[in-house]
Amino acid sequence: MKKFLAQAYLWILLVLLYAPLFFIGIFSFTESRVLGNWTGFSTKLYANLFSGSMQGSGSLISAVENTLLIAVVSAFVSMMLGTIAAVGIHNLRGRKKQAVSFLNNIPMINPDVITGVSLFLLFVFLHFSQGYLTVILAHISFGTPYVVLSVLPKLRQMNPNIYEAALDLGATPRQALWKVLVPQLRPGMVSGFFLAFTMSLDDFAVTFFTRGTIGLDTLSTYIYTDARKGGLTPELRPLMTLIFLIILILLVIINVRQEKMNKSTSK
Amino acid sequence: MKLKRSHWSIPYVVFMAIFVVLPLLLILVYAFQDGSGHFTLSNITRFFSDSDALGTFAVSIEVAIENTLICILLGYPAAWILANKDLNRSAVTIILFIMPMWINALMRTLATAELFNTLGITLGKGTLLFGMVYDYLPFMIYPIYNVLNKMDKSYAEAAQDLGATPWQVFWKITVPLSMPGISSGVLMVFMPTVSTFAISEFLTNNKIKLFGTIIQENINSSMWNYGAALAFIMLIIIGISTLFTGDDEREAEGGLI
Repeated sequence: MKKFLAQAYLWILLVLLYAPLFFIGIFSFTESRVLGNWTGFSTKLYANLFSGSMQGSGSLISAVENTLLIAVVSAFVSMMLGTIAAVGIHNLRGRKKQAVSFLNNIPMINPDVITGVSLFLLFVFLHFSQGYLTVILAHISFGTPYVVLSVLPKLRQMNPNIYEAALDLGATPRQALWKVLVPQLRPGMVSGFFLAFTMSLDDFAVTFFTRGTIGLDTLSTYIYTDARKGGLTPELRPLMTLIFLIILILLVIINVRQEKMNKSTSK
Repeated sequence: MKLKRSHWSIPYVVFMAIFVVLPLLLILVYAFQDGSGHFTLSNITRFFSDSDALGTFAVSIEVAIENTLICILLGYPAAWILANKDLNRSAVTIILFIMPMWINALMRTLATAELFNTLGITLGKGTLLFGMVYDYLPFMIYPIYNVLNKMDKSYAEAAQDLGATPWQVFWKITVPLSMPGISSGVLMVFMPTVSTFAISEFLTNNKIKLFGTIIQENINSSMWNYGAALAFIMLIIIGISTLFTGDDEREAEGGLI
């Protein structure tokens, strides 16, 4: 009985949490321009989305492309920078380690608006013209801390003697790096990459302040402008539905990986 | 000089100095400057005589407190059930609760607003709170779940053996031990609620603005100094709230997914 009540509570919360997402998902399968008006099952919105045959399609498609480009580039750079940083932080001691860890926490505590405004002021101050590069730099700045936090636990689990042993057995530092260190850190690097990637996909406020006035739109700034004009472009419904699904699948993959890793390390 | 492994952190420290520390210092610099670059306190004093900004500030704090309280009330039981192996064994429900954290808040908010519209519910304070709880509940559940999940069960068992009722065990053992999770949840819900922009407008049909929107409006209309002053005021509040919760937060962290 207690278990039943507990499960019922969880599922009622989940239904409430997901109601709007289901709502968008269901109405992505009808043609009506107005949301909430069911005019029969149709996959036309999906077809429009993929063939690009809709009003203002060019800008929506380029917004999707920009979003992905920015997310991939910034997550990749975050992964490299964050992994190298994690090795450094792992080997720091005392005050220095505390200071760098504190630095690493700042972007995660800062609300988006503050990060956005502060970077906007930076680029104004440096007379840096805003566009792709500034958005990517901004996304690297809030994505890298997540990589650092994903890689550090892997370094703690690692036996430091393995790397030294490789060197003693005649491996060059480069070989030891690629054959010993990187394979051990890879799971943390991959999780970190996906974290930085989703943070970048999610971002609205920071992009909004750092994209400048060259008309650069990511999906979230596109949606913002679109919604302010009154009513969402119908093709956004299938697009949002697909994004929900992709993120759900990514999360399940990351969690299954983590589960496996936890099992293999606890053995 | 020999390259030590600890030197590997240098590129990152330099990067963070330029893209995190310097920008925050610039907020400070702009906040205390007038348009021509002279030192002034007028941006700060302007806030305290700007009834529009003060009103928005008060409303933001009020909404944020209400949102935080509702999130604790709804989220704590959920986190407790999720962490309790007798009541919930499914990893899927945990993923389902965490997943919304990774979806664009703007998209989720628009979906919520559209749902309210379709159901014929008038957008206003009520829908704002509902939408905010909807946006931030996962951020409350997750840290509390994390702490409860790692908690040493022997304290609760010991209390039980010594004759405490389940209710006493919950209030005297479980809740105090999960405080780090609660405070880190408060940190992840309270400040972001105060600072959201766009979200409150969509959920109230432009009837209610929150503090983040005021900052954004000033920056976008080139009132950089006043916008920076408002951001500075928010930074002070963040500083104060992290002083209260900062130490606990590190314990609750551990792995983000």
